[in-house]
Formats: sequence, structure tokens, C-alpha cells
Amino acid sequence: MIRKKERWGLMFVLPGLTGVLVFYAIPCGDVIRRAFTQSLTGHFAGLMNFKQVLDNAAFRLAAGNTARMMCVCVPVLVALSLILAVPLQRGIRGGRWIKSGLLVPMAVPVASVVLLWQCMFSKQGFLNGALSLFGTAETDWMNTRYAFAILVFSYVWKNLGYSVILWIAALEGIPGEIYEAARVDGAGELLIFFRITIPNLFSAFFTITVLSLINSFKVFREAYLVAGDYPDESIYMLQHLFNNWYRNMDTDKMAAGGVLSGAMLFVLICLFYTARQINLPHSELEGNIADEEFRKSRKG
Amino acid sequence: MKNSGRAGRAKKRKSIILSVLLGMLTFVCCYPIIFLLAGSFMGTGELSENLGSMFQGNGGYASWTLLPFEPTLRSWAEVVLDTPGFFVMFWNSMKITGGILLGQAVFGIPAAWGFARYRFRRALFFLYIVMMMMPFQVMMLSDYLIIKEMHLMDTLWAVILPGIFSTLPVFIISQYFKEIPEEILEAARIDGAGETGIFLRIGLPLGKAGIISAMVLQFLECFNMLEQPMTFLKKQSLWPLSMFQPQITAETAGAAFAASVFTLLPAIWVFAAGYEFLESGIQAYYGSNV
Repeated sequence: MIRKKERWGLMFVLPGLTGVLVFYAIPCGDVIRRAFTQSLTGHFAGLMNFKQVLDNAAFRLAAGNTARMMCVCVPVLVALSLILAVPLQRGIRGGRWIKSGLLVPMAVPVASVVLLWQCMFSKQGFLNGALSLFGTAETDWMNTRYAFAILVFSYVWKNLGYSVILWIAALEGIPGEIYEAARVDGAGELLIFFRITIPNLFSAFFTITVLSLINSFKVFREAYLVAGDYPDESIYMLQHLFNNWYRNMDTDKMAAGGVLSGAMLFVLICLFYTARQINLPHSELEGNIADEEFRKSRKG
Repeated sequence: MKNSGRAGRAKKRKSIILSVLLGMLTFVCCYPIIFLLAGSFMGTGELSENLGSMFQGNGGYASWTLLPFEPTLRSWAEVVLDTPGFFVMFWNSMKITGGILLGQAVFGIPAAWGFARYRFRRALFFLYIVMMMMPFQVMMLSDYLIIKEMHLMDTLWAVILPGIFSTLPVFIISQYFKEIPEEILEAARIDGAGETGIFLRIGLPLGKAGIISAMVLQFLECFNMLEQPMTFLKKQSLWPLSMFQPQITAETAGAAFAASVFTLLPAIWVFAAGYEFLESGIQAYYGSNV
């Protein structure tokens, strides 16, 4: 009976799975193979391709920028969205509207917002106009190191809404009974915060971080549409570099570079994943607090 | 009593201040839409008065007003009537997005059902999750190789086919399918329903919310796709709207604004129509057990 059911499951999955294998998994395997071969001769190249990529100054620049972008964007987004989520979850006037309003940027196509970015940040644009009132010198925002900050801003602008919604869901997901039970058991507010609120938010923290990480690659879109193929050095991302390699059909480098950045991301995701597994489920925590309080009361 | 009243009032005042602050932030978030709408209704004269210093190079700075002084539909008419290239892009976007969504409905929904309701090796689903998280640059070469192998370069299929088998919607929809209680399916089996019948008559209706929210998220994603078309479509006549680069010059500013609004409209419409599902979809996608 069970075997029959399993066969049915395969029937449902198979058409889609075939596509996934043909378009993603198998070519991906092929790329991993290519990363270790020299395309000209077809010989096994060992780690040579990787060495070539790692020695490449452009790769170092792009990988460094991409990493820097992640390290700045993700904490800013995660923290800011949590700060906004707390009052919204408790309920304030117009909370529903604020929530939907924050989500709107998600729907605004990059191609249409580029116009505003141009008017805002170009040399004669709004920002310089506003700053000139204070007598500040003109800055060409998009073509200097400030371009990085602009990308961080547009990333936060675009991703704030869904992070807020996730935090709200996480805050709402903490069952009230746990709090009540802990209070009945005599746990103090501080203990409750550290033993209940924080651990319960941890799994949301994990998902929001991973997703923010993944979405941080998409700032390339803004960078490309505003600044084209060769932007300021500070926002030269891995995707720019891959586009260059693609134009020159540098398949060795693309393969090795792809495997490298894929592996890095994979390790990052696995790290977060394991960190999350350590997190204790609700019931256990409740038990712990009760035990602790019980022990305390016995002592006292 | 008096004390609690004062505390209550203080609390209320605090809450109003918070609302105003967050409301202002929300306004900033939505401002780009207002900006584009206003720009699209300004005439050429008003636009060049506002933005002129950006392309004339006579010093001075661009300025702006919240609303147009002399609203006109001229820019809209220009885009609709005189810019055939824009419509080609618009239809390319629609073809790509429609094709991908349709394909995902055919291939993705049954796969989601399979993963949610039958036993599988965890490794298989893990493969789906990994594929879903990889950025385009990682998949770029592999996508290119398979597309070249299939002789699909420079056709819309080069963007549509890989998009159809994107694993993200499978993941989202299966989160919803998992929530259907097994008892309902068992009862249907006892009544003699086949597995396909159960999927079509119980799974689809009960998983409707998940399917719609995945589709809304995917619409926004496909409509915004930039990396894939710019890699696989060299012919300009195949480019979608997401590759449209508005140029603000004295002559084209009005059209650029109207075109940007046109780009915005389908996405905003889908967003508004599917808002309720979108919110729960985000929670299913992001807030689920990866």
C-alpha cells in the first residue's frame, strides 16, 4: 500500500523534476566538472581555474564588494524591520495601511524607479539641490563611492516591507499561553524576554537573514539600470564581472567563479540552518522555566 | 483613577506620534509612485522647467512639485500612439511572464502536491531549496550551456523555459498543501477517490490561497527579471520592459515618465488585487521550515 502511494508521489513530481534536472541540476553538475577542466584542451586542470579566478583583481574587487554589500545591507534591514515590526504588531492607528504601504516598493519594477534615482542623485539632481542650501559642494552621487550607499538605500527601501511582515508574524506566533504560564510560575519580565521572546524569534531571525542575503544579490539590477556595465568601482558586483566574462566567453573563469560563489553561499546557508536547529522548541523552554522556578522556590 | 487617565492619555499621545512617524516613512516608501505619476502628467514645458538644469548644464538644480500645475495627457498619448518600440517591450514582458506562470501552474503545482503529500527522500527537496537560493551568476553558465544546446539562444524560450522550472513556487505551494489535514484525504480514499481525483478535487481548492500567492510573487519576480533576458536575448526586439532604460533629455523626459508609469501599472495592479494572498504567501515562503 505504502509503495503504491510512493509511486503516485513520483508521478506528481516527475514532470517538474525532469525540468529541474534538465535545466538546473545536470547543467550545474556539468559546470562543477568544467571548473576542474581546461576548456581549450579538455584536460583535468585541478585547482588551476580557481587559482586564476582568485588571482584575478576584478574578481577580488567584485567579491569584496558583494560581501561588503551583504555585511552592510543585511544587518541594517534586519534591525530596522524589527524596530518597525514591534509597534505594528502591538497595534497602532492605521497599522494596516502602514503595513501595505511598506510593502508597495516590492511591486515597483526597478526599471520604473530608475527615473527617480536619476533625478535624485545626478549631479544637478534634487539631492545636490537640497544640499546646496547648506552650501555643500556638488557630488556626483552615482559615480563616486556614495553609489554604494545609494544601493544600500534602495535595497532597504525595496525589502523593508516583507521583513516587517515576517517579524510581525514571528511576534504573533509566540503563543500567549507561554507568557502566561511563565508569569504564573513567577518568572520575571527579564527572564521571560531572554528565555521566551528571544529564542522564539530566533527562527524568524534565521529565515529573514537568509532571505535578505539572497535578495542582496538583486541590487545588481539597480546598479545596472542606473550605472550600466561599468559602474563606479565601489558597486562593481559579481554579476557585473560574470557579465564581462560571459561577453568574452571565459567559460573556465565562469565555471570556477560560479562554483566558488555558489559554495560560499551554500556554506553560509548551512551555517544558519544548523544554528537554527540548535534552537529549542517551545514546550521544552516552558519546562525549563518551570523547573528553574520550581528549584528556586524549593531553595527559598 | 486620575493617574491612570493621565497615563492613558500619555500612552495615546505616544501611539499617535508613532503612527505619524511610521506614516511618514510609509509615504517615503510610496513616494516613487507619486513622483512618476506626477511626472507623467506634466507637459514638456513644465518638465523641462523642473528638470531642465539636469540636461542643459547651465548650473542650478532640478526642482519638483508634488503635483503637476497643468496636467496633460500628452506624454501618455505619446507613449501609447507614437512609441511602437515600447509596446513591443510590453508584450515581450507579458509573454515571458505569462509563459512562465502558465508553465509553473502545469509543472509546479503537481510537484508541490507530490512533495507535500507523499514521502520522499529529504535530499530531493533539499535540492529544490538549494536551487531556489542560488543567485543568477552561479547558474549563469549552466543555463547558457543548456540553452545553447537546445538552440534556444535569442528566443523568448531561453528565458521562459528555465523560469518554468524555478523551484521557488513549488516550495511555497507545498507549504500550503502540507496544511491540509490527512484525514480529509483518507476519507476520500475510503470513498473510492483516486489519487489524481484527490489532487484535483481536494488539493487544488484547499490549496488555492497558496497557489495564488505563489503566482503573485512570481509575477512580480518575472516582470522584474533583468539578468536572464540581458544574458540570453541579444536582439533588441525581444527585450522585455524590465530592460527599459529611461533617458531623461529635454525631448524624451515626458515619454520616459509615462513609460515608467506603464511599466509600473501591471505590477501594482497584481499587487493590489493579490495583496491579501501576497501577505500570507510571504509568510509561507519566508517563515516556513526551510
